[in-house]
Amino acid sequence: MKHTLRNPLALIGFAIIAGILLLALIAPWIAPYDPNAINVKAILLAPEANHWMGTDGLGRDVFSRMLYGGRISLLVGFVAVGIATLIGIVLGAVAGFYRGWVDTVIMRTVDVMLSIPTFFLILAVIAFLTPSIWNIMIVIGLTSWMGVTRLVRAEFLSLRNREFVLAAQALGAKDARLIFTHLLPNSLTPIIVSSILGIASAVLVESGLSFLGLGVQAPQASWGNILTDGKEYIQFAWWLSLFPGLAILLTVLGYNLLGDGLRDAYNPRSNQH
Amino acid sequence: MLKYLLKRFFWMIPLLVGISLISFMIMHLAPGDITSSEASFNPKASEESRQKLRELYSLDKPVIVQYSLWMKRMATLDFGTSFASHQRPVFWQTKDKDGNVTLGMIQEALPITLLINVLSLILIIAIALPLGVISALKQNQLTDRVITLFVFIGFAIPGFWLALMLMYWTGVQHNWLPISGLQSLGHEHLHWLGKTLDTLKHLALPVFISAITGLAGIALFVRNGMLEVLHQDYITTARSKGLNEHRVIYGHALRNALLPLITIFGLSIPGLIGGSVIAESIFAIPGMGKLFYDAVLMRDFPVIMGILTIGALLTLIGNLVADVAYAWADPRVRRGVMQ
Repeated sequence: MKHTLRNPLALIGFAIIAGILLLALIAPWIAPYDPNAINVKAILLAPEANHWMGTDGLGRDVFSRMLYGGRISLLVGFVAVGIATLIGIVLGAVAGFYRGWVDTVIMRTVDVMLSIPTFFLILAVIAFLTPSIWNIMIVIGLTSWMGVTRLVRAEFLSLRNREFVLAAQALGAKDARLIFTHLLPNSLTPIIVSSILGIASAVLVESGLSFLGLGVQAPQASWGNILTDGKEYIQFAWWLSLFPGLAILLTVLGYNLLGDGLRDAYNPRSNQH
Repeated sequence: MLKYLLKRFFWMIPLLVGISLISFMIMHLAPGDITSSEASFNPKASEESRQKLRELYSLDKPVIVQYSLWMKRMATLDFGTSFASHQRPVFWQTKDKDGNVTLGMIQEALPITLLINVLSLILIIAIALPLGVISALKQNQLTDRVITLFVFIGFAIPGFWLALMLMYWTGVQHNWLPISGLQSLGHEHLHWLGKTLDTLKHLALPVFISAITGLAGIALFVRNGMLEVLHQDYITTARSKGLNEHRVIYGHALRNALLPLITIFGLSIPGLIGGSVIAESIFAIPGMGKLFYDAVLMRDFPVIMGILTIGALLTLIGNLVADVAYAWADPRVRRGVMQ
């Protein structure tokens, strides 16, 4: 942690994420308007005292929509990465612990999955399902577990023959005990780092899908679909496109800075310099 | 080496079969087929005529039968014809009885996407290399922090948002650059030089955007690679025997730091192809991404399968070429491969 604190960029990342999470959490209390309330008397207002980020084509308050949209975008990131990490840990642990043919089958499946352009795969599935936030989370989760699997497997392979593991095994520890109390806790740091970086790319993918009209559906707000709405008005309502884009940028930047900083702090090879 | 190459080459076949199987299953497990999307355009289409259409395309048979039919055609490199675009060949051109040539859909789209990606890779290298090297030489100083922050911002910018903003700013407000398609009106009347310039102008924004968003990985990689190499013994040796710093950095360190980049390029191919969807839809560029997006919306199975297969094939070839190039460039790896 001391190393992380010494890296100013990681600190900036942490501050950004903490701020955005806080805003998303307290959204219902600080949002000045109902995010879906249509007001025909206040269509496409530029940012002003009553509407900090202006209003959209239906007179909805953009600031309120941004707050609620943030909840959706962040939730998608968390759940999608949660699913991917869970799958990755299970498959990686099985492959790295038992090796042999199970390992071969799992790793060849990883090879196959990695050879298909991911965004194509997501698009192919999403387009056939009814677009909903749950479907998006599941599909992003199911198409991004390969990295974690490789990571966990590599950690397990290198820890498997270390003295403390062999000692525990010699004392009669069962497989499950070895995995859950010895191997997994010692592999947690790289898993956390890769999850943080994973959230960043999940947020990007969600916004891209919503932008293509295949993501979170109206009237529910997400940063991606506020931006899509803004696309239609870009010539006379810049605020509709600017704010959601900046929000996505800041979130992804925050997670990446934090993840990268943590990786540097815990990676002995980058500490020695 | 030859034995290794052959082994790798033949290993691609089961991988491709696996990829196609997964793609096929995913596509057919989801509800809807071409008849449901055609029906939405043509409300008069009766259930009876839809059923006929399904029979025509074998969509009424079990998935596994459809897959074996597809595999049988693939064995003769027949990618089939599109459901949605008037029976156009999916992959390569065909000639009819009168000698009229119909170009394949992927045949037309792939070179465009490849051109954009190659140009953006060149731009990425031109920007990321110096940034990474400077960052490493000034490690933890202000310059390093600023460069790293800049690189991270580039990575975090949603490509479609940047595209939208730049399109508005350079295209609509200032009218500097064309904002959609690949050719201006009257393109065919231009001299070849004019044609090239016209196309390059259309490509400028998409290439720039894909370079900015793809920069981060490479720049950070060069930085970290340089840092690692600069602390090796042979660099200390080179310095202590009195070589000037310029020779040490560009002659000794950089070359070794750059080696692993070969692998990175090989691994980045699926991301590049996948990333083309959004940029190509925004700029209305008729490349692989746009073709795929349209095919997905139309549930045009042969086109979807064709693109996924070709995309995967390119990825596998890219990885193979990267591994071979790495072995060629680094004798240590070469020896490892031989053993």
